[in-house]
Amino acid sequence: MTKNIMIVGVGGQGSVLASKLLGHLLTAQGFDVKVSEVHGMSQRGGSVVTYVRYGERVYSPIIDKGEADFIVSFEILETARWLEYLKPDGQIVTSTQQIDPMPVLIGAMPYPENLLDKIKATGVKVDALDCLKLAEEAGSSKAVNLVLLGRLSHYFNDIADEAWQEAINSCVPPKFIELNKKAFELGKNS
Amino acid sequence: MKQLMQGNAAAARGLYEAGCRVASSYPGTPSTEITEEAAKYDEIYCEWAPNEKVAMETAFGAALAGRRSFCGMKHVGLNVAADPLFTVSYTGINAGMVICVADDPGMHSSQNEQDSRHYARAAKIPMLEPSDSQEALNFFKNAYEISEEFDVPVIVKMCTRVAHSQSLVEVGEREDEIEVPYEKNISKYVMMPGNAIKRHPIIEERMRKLKIYSDFSKMNRFEDGKSNKIGIITSSTCYQYVKEACGDLYPVFKIGMIWPMPDEKIKEFAKSVVRLVIVEELDPFIEDYCKSLGLKCEGKELFPIEGELNQNIIAQKLVHTKTTGKKLDENIPARPPMMCAGCPHRGLFYTLSKNKCTVLGDIGCYILGAVAPLSAMDMTLCMGASVSALHGFNKAIHGREGDMKVVAVIGDSTFMHSGMTGLANIAYNQSNSVVIILDNSITGMTGHQQNPTTGYNIKGDPAGKIDLESLCKAMGFNRVRVVDPYNLKECEDALKEELAAGEASVIISRRPCALLKYVKHNPPLTVNKEKCVGCKSCMKIGCPALSIKDKQAHVDATLCVGCGVCEQLCKFEAFESTSKEAK
Repeated sequence: MTKNIMIVGVGGQGSVLASKLLGHLLTAQGFDVKVSEVHGMSQRGGSVVTYVRYGERVYSPIIDKGEADFIVSFEILETARWLEYLKPDGQIVTSTQQIDPMPVLIGAMPYPENLLDKIKATGVKVDALDCLKLAEEAGSSKAVNLVLLGRLSHYFNDIADEAWQEAINSCVPPKFIELNKKAFELGKNS
Repeated sequence: MKQLMQGNAAAARGLYEAGCRVASSYPGTPSTEITEEAAKYDEIYCEWAPNEKVAMETAFGAALAGRRSFCGMKHVGLNVAADPLFTVSYTGINAGMVICVADDPGMHSSQNEQDSRHYARAAKIPMLEPSDSQEALNFFKNAYEISEEFDVPVIVKMCTRVAHSQSLVEVGEREDEIEVPYEKNISKYVMMPGNAIKRHPIIEERMRKLKIYSDFSKMNRFEDGKSNKIGIITSSTCYQYVKEACGDLYPVFKIGMIWPMPDEKIKEFAKSVVRLVIVEELDPFIEDYCKSLGLKCEGKELFPIEGELNQNIIAQKLVHTKTTGKKLDENIPARPPMMCAGCPHRGLFYTLSKNKCTVLGDIGCYILGAVAPLSAMDMTLCMGASVSALHGFNKAIHGREGDMKVVAVIGDSTFMHSGMTGLANIAYNQSNSVVIILDNSITGMTGHQQNPTTGYNIKGDPAGKIDLESLCKAMGFNRVRVVDPYNLKECEDALKEELAAGEASVIISRRPCALLKYVKHNPPLTVNKEKCVGCKSCMKIGCPALSIKDKQAHVDATLCVGCGVCEQLCKFEAFESTSKEAK
């Protein structure tokens, strides 16, 4: 059975490394894997989405509405935006960070209030944590991606911790490995 | 062992394994990474050409010299390269030549949604369409074989979801490079009418032979299904969506060689099924072709002509299932892309906005100058059009609407691509035009590629560097001046003076892209709460690092690079540098 993970956030937040790491991890587990992302214009501070699909045989590289088993989100407004893509019994792992989009910055629209509560009220499973704070605790605000992955690892009982560690070793530049492992641990144990 | 590889990286691997010697391309999403990845193999000479036409002609020259060659581009780039394309079909090649074109259904990063398959038919050139990374690798190798067997360049057509998706790939070894001696052959390579007339029937005969090849090619294949109530013909990423939606329920004829199409195989397949359904993105290319064979089929009445398809859209029509999720009943603000904090274009666009200029724009990051609150752009069309259209605009209104302040803005890379020829027209036919070159020392939107003005090549090694000031002066412009877009007064003075000058001029707005690794940033600014009155003057520049919190300006210290443009808008000196010395 193919599993679907969506990684959503704001361009520049680090979803590329997150999807690279997941792709490496799942390939090493022997799954057929497809990862799809969009480059170019949307990366300039826009809403970005990456699809990761794995299973015995994966055909489509993309995920449509109602198909995601997991939504891993860097930002709460983006969690809300992509909510429709989650399966009714899917799991959200989200950072509680808020980044104002341009319509909010220039005062044309408000940033919706109490979004987390509203998302929870739809009945979906939500695991929310302050990833930015944990990333800073690990040593860099840029390590939010590894905090999120650490948290996501909770839901992958079949994948041993060593496999995650190996994926970090393989995908992260050597000088940032320790920092990223710390961020991963903080996400996992929070 | 299989490895996870992006379609474009797999395509580059295909070039490597096929023994490609020369690759020349112009960057364009979603094609850029093919050449970037190819440049990592020392065996392939790779370069960024100034534009796609130059790239294709360079690749042709290399093939003529007897080495396997490549050029890559996005769909609209093929329009630029269409001139050599149609005639290289006539001359043929000496060693193999492969052209990659990457379409962008859904327009993730493009100005139109053209379907490049039409080019194969129009130029009488074979075209292959891979559906995942492994096929990308294999098809690139097949393309060279076809190219050399039939004496024709071959187009490999990618799309965003093949180019930018990663899937598992088995790699192979590099073949020995082919070295075909060059031999002079005037009747084949000099396309004057007398020779071209003789070449045309050869091209038609070649297409007949290629059609037979297509009928026997393993790139076009049947896949069995449980029920023949429906039979599906599909290609490219749509094949993946079909299999995802229908599994092995219906038989599928997957087309890998999209031009020329395998007539006999298609007819055979059509006979074996009750309903023939064509699943393809954008235009009804396969569908119209099937109809021209006299086959009854359904296509665009089921699936949209606009945008991307996916498994859900296909499942709804063919297996009558649909997945949906829970939607939040909330007005969610859009998050469009925007100019980065510290973007050097911002100060210039603010100046244009403040002076109520009519701005003819071009292709690049600075298209984001059209987004509110700057809204400082009136037109974008294609690469280079800002400069040429400005000339026409000014010729049309000359002397009648004297108050109109019309300018062109064009990036350094786009200027080298096709702004220069427009500038030549201004110099030659003498319109009183102000052209602003936004020189951020890089090709920005496609992810930081070098270009002829940066002084570095694709590998980051020192290369030739074209001096924009000297170039413009050599073209006959007396008025060429450079401004720093972080300095608003300097920008405004230059703009006003050049608009009033009474002759054509070029303003070069010069500062490197804030995202370049070598660019040193100032510490973030802070807001002095005693001084800020909450007038929102600073909000006019649309900086993502600035917002209004508790009725006062607020700087996001994680985004601010201390460019100081907002500081110049504040009448109350409320912005403060945390470290003045750093400036």
